[in-house]
This record gives sequence, C-alpha cells and structure tokens, in this order.
Amino acid sequence: MGATRLALLLSGPLLLSGCSGNLKWYVVSPMTDAGRANLLFLLGGLKYTLLLSFTAIVISVFVGLLVALPGISGNRGLRACNRVYVECVRAVPILVLILWVYYGLPIVMGISVSVFWAGVIALALSDSAFEAEIFRAGIQSIERGQLEAADSLGLGYVDRMRYVVLPQAIKRVLPPLGNQLVYMLKMSSLVSIIGMEELTRRANELVTAEYRPLEVYTVLVLEYLVLILIVSSGVRWMERRMSDEER
Amino acid sequence: MSEPAVTSANHLTKRPLVVLDAVDKRFVDFAALDGITLSVAAGEKVVVCGPSGSGKSTLIRCINQLERPDAGMVWFDGVDLVAASSRDLRRLRTDIGMVFQQFNLFPHLTVLDNLTLGPMRVRGLSAREAEELARRYLERVHIPEQADKYPRQLSGGQQQRVAIARSLCMEPKLMLFDEPTSALDPEMIVEVLDVMGELAQTGMTMIVVTHEMGFARRVADRIVFMDAGQIVEDTRPETFFTAPASPRGAEFLDRILNH
Ligand SMILES: Nc1ncnc2c1ncn2[C@@H]1O[C@H](COP(=O)(O)OP(=O)(O)OP(=O)(O)O)[C@@H](O)[C@H]1O
Ligand SMILES: [Mg+2]
Repeated sequence: MGATRLALLLSGPLLLSGCSGNLKWYVVSPMTDAGRANLLFLLGGLKYTLLLSFTAIVISVFVGLLVALPGISGNRGLRACNRVYVECVRAVPILVLILWVYYGLPIVMGISVSVFWAGVIALALSDSAFEAEIFRAGIQSIERGQLEAADSLGLGYVDRMRYVVLPQAIKRVLPPLGNQLVYMLKMSSLVSIIGMEELTRRANELVTAEYRPLEVYTVLVLEYLVLILIVSSGVRWMERRMSDEER
Repeated sequence: MSEPAVTSANHLTKRPLVVLDAVDKRFVDFAALDGITLSVAAGEKVVVCGPSGSGKSTLIRCINQLERPDAGMVWFDGVDLVAASSRDLRRLRTDIGMVFQQFNLFPHLTVLDNLTLGPMRVRGLSAREAEELARRYLERVHIPEQADKYPRQLSGGQQQRVAIARSLCMEPKLMLFDEPTSALDPEMIVEVLDVMGELAQTGMTMIVVTHEMGFARRVADRIVFMDAGQIVEDTRPETFFTAPASPRGAEFLDRILNH
C-alpha cells in the first residue's frame, strides 16, 4: 500500500542518520528503561491530540453548517453576514486565535477558560470558516431539479433542507470534511503554545529535560506521520466505499 | 378582484381551475412569455406544443410559481397565486402535481420513501397511512414490485412512472407535465404515455407539454400551440391537426409529423 511505502521511505534516512555516531538514540530507545519511559511520555500526548482534534472538528462542523445556511439564502443581508464571518475568521492565523482565546477571552467574558477548551474553541472557530465554505459548495452542487421537486411537493424550507438537500450534500462533502480532520490533527500541535499536553508539548518538555532535540523531534515527526497516514487512509477508504455505493 | 370567467368557447359552463391573464415573463430583456391568457376548466386535458424556446416550460412553471411572472395574473382554484403568501403558496402547490423531463426523483431515498415524503411531511399522514397510499399509487403506475429499490436501479420509464406516482400521492387537483417522455428511449415512452392516458380517464385536470402527437390526438380536449412566447392557436385537436389556422402552426405540424 502507498501509505506504508511512503512511511518506510521517509523513516529510512532518519534512522540511518542515527548510525553516524553523533546521535544518542538511547533517550528514546525501547530497549532501555529510561528510553521506554520517555517514549511512553511522548506517546501519552496522543490522547490529547486526538481529543482536541475530534472535539474541535465536531463543533466546527456544526458551526460551519450554521454559517453556511445564510450563505446560500436568497437574502442579500444574510449572505453578507456569511461572507463577513468567513473572510474575517480566515484572515486570523490559528496561532494568534489560540493566544487570543486563551489570554483575551477570559478578560472579555469574565470567565476562565481551561487550556483544553481554549484550544478547542480556537481550532473549531478557525476551522468553521473552511467547513462553511465546504458545506456551501456541497449544498450549491445539488441540482436545481431537486429543489423544484421538493417545492412542487409543497415542502417547506426546513423539510426541504432536512430530507432532500442535506442528506445528498453531506454525502458529497464527506471527502473534503475528512481532509479537514487531517488538517485539524496537524493544527492541534499549535495548542502546545498555551501548555496543552499534546504530542508536540510533550516533545518540547522532553527536549528541555534531555537536551536531545534531534532524536526527540524525529520521534515526534514519526508520531504525526503514522497518525496522519492512518487517518487519511481511513478517509480514502470511506471515499472509495461511497463511490462504490453510487453504482 | 373577482375571478375571471372561463374564456374557452368549449367550456363556458365549467368552473375554471387555472386562469392565466396577460402573463409576461422576461429573462433579462428576453420575453419568454408575452401576454399569455389561458384558462383551463376542471377535468380538462390540455396539450401544449410549439418549437423549442417558444416558452412552453416557462408557461407551466408559472402555473405552480416555479417561475414568478413579471406581469399578469395566475389564478388557481380561485386564488391569486402571484399575490399569495409563501405559506399559502406552499399549501396551494400541494394541489398541483408536477412531472419533470428529468424525473427529479430523490436519489438517496427508496421509491417508497420518495412517495411517502410529501404525504408525511406536508399532508401530515402517519407512516402507515402514507405507505398504504404510496403502494396504491405504485400499483396505479404498474410497478408495485419496485417499492424498495433506489431510483438509479430503475429504467427511465420506471423512474418517470415513480415520479408520476409521487405527485399523485399528494392527491392534486391539477397535474402538470413538462415533456415527460423526452428523456426516454422509444420503447419506454409508451409505458409512460399509457399511465398518463389512464390518469386522464380518471378525470384529472392535466396540462401536458409534449411532442407526442398521437397522445395529443387521443387524450387532449384542447391543443395550445405556442411560438415566441405567445399562444398562436388554442383549438380542438381535430381542428389543429387537420386545418391549423396559422401558418406557423402548419409549419410546426409539417416538421413534427414528417420528420
Ligand atoms: N432561467 C432562464 N434564464 C434565462 N433564459 C431562460 C431561462 N429559462 C428559459 N429561458 C429562455 O426562455 C425561452 C423559453 O424557454 P422555455 O424553456 O420556456 O422554452 P420551451 O418552449 O420549453 O423550449 P424546449 O422545447 O426547448 O423545452 C428560451 O429562449 C430560453 O432560452
Ligand atoms: Mg421546455
């Protein structure tokens, strides 16, 4: 399979470079007790990376859908609201959004936000603009005849969306939504900046303790690589299954 | 404003179900409909024909307000559709069935679900009542055995019959057909026309855009011939087919019957 071959191809040179003698692989070697403890510490971040990304993607899908609907309405004012939201949210870098939600939002709202929820809110907010665009394109790709058939049956807006448009649109946007999930897994590394103990933060902490940046970050690269390859091949599998169903 | 009387000479005594009065429809600055006046009595079968681009689709789409006219009035069952609120319009549309050239079935729903969606969501029937109704109408279009299939698993002729059944499940007072057989292979045209002929015998009011002149001759009470957004002739089929009053009508007939 393509994904595993790619992984081997990339990990080969990284591991070979360890033979040069400058590298101290023992800090992350599964053969020693200390190395094993360090590896487990690094892998422990996986739970938070996954939790962050999945929570954020679920929220951003809902927000994205809510933002997409006014974007396809016949009302010019509603469409303008959609454009303003999408353009503004897309204009702010995710890292900046994370910092602002964690340090700024508690002051504005007078509430405290945990590191986890600050990360989720920032990631979801940022991603929702992209999700909104995906949903808008998906809904607009539904043939006019479908809407006309629904209208001539006398279905109202909500029923038309719920029973005719969205079931077809969601099926069409599943592949791009899957890609957003992959993107989200990568972006979650930025939440390390506010101290979220996910994969990247754990690696940073280990580097500070062991002074072995190359070895530790190499492991970090491999962690993301394997994670992303698994998730994206899952997305491809789902895509294939759905196009088989079409036949 | 009072309801206009039927203008058709043949049906002075019958109540008009549909009345169009001086309807104009423009696309940008192109006049797709130009002063259309037409009245159809309950139970009448009207076949609309004319060259491509003459405004036939636009005409019947104005009747259920898929297109909003730029000027003129559209009355259905005594109600002014142009002035109707969107809620009233939705209710009135359930009384007007529409069959499209491209079927427009819902591809993600089974045949049965295509048929029960309207009755359940719009007419408020229970799932059981809706299914009974749906199976009855599938029987009427001769495909009771296809209830659990998806539209893409059916032939074009079967899909169009499902589409007809879907409209009938709303128990409409008027059925509109926009070239229902134009997307079909010749051997499937007959099965759809047969179903439409049977529907005509039940007394349904029908307005049918079609080039199937055999069907028109058999079923139509009136032929409406359109050209360039206007109604050029509105006569009985015998008259139209044997002695069209207009040169344009004669030319059209010549082309369609001798191709
Ligand atoms: N949405 C639209 N926008 C612009 N022009 C349109 C639109 N719909 C129809 N027209 C134009 O209006 C004219 C009448 O169209 P209509 O579809 O009513 O013709 P028709 O008689 O049904 O033709 P056909 O036999 O090809 O279906 C055509 O010239 C067409 O190009
Ligand atoms: Mg047409």
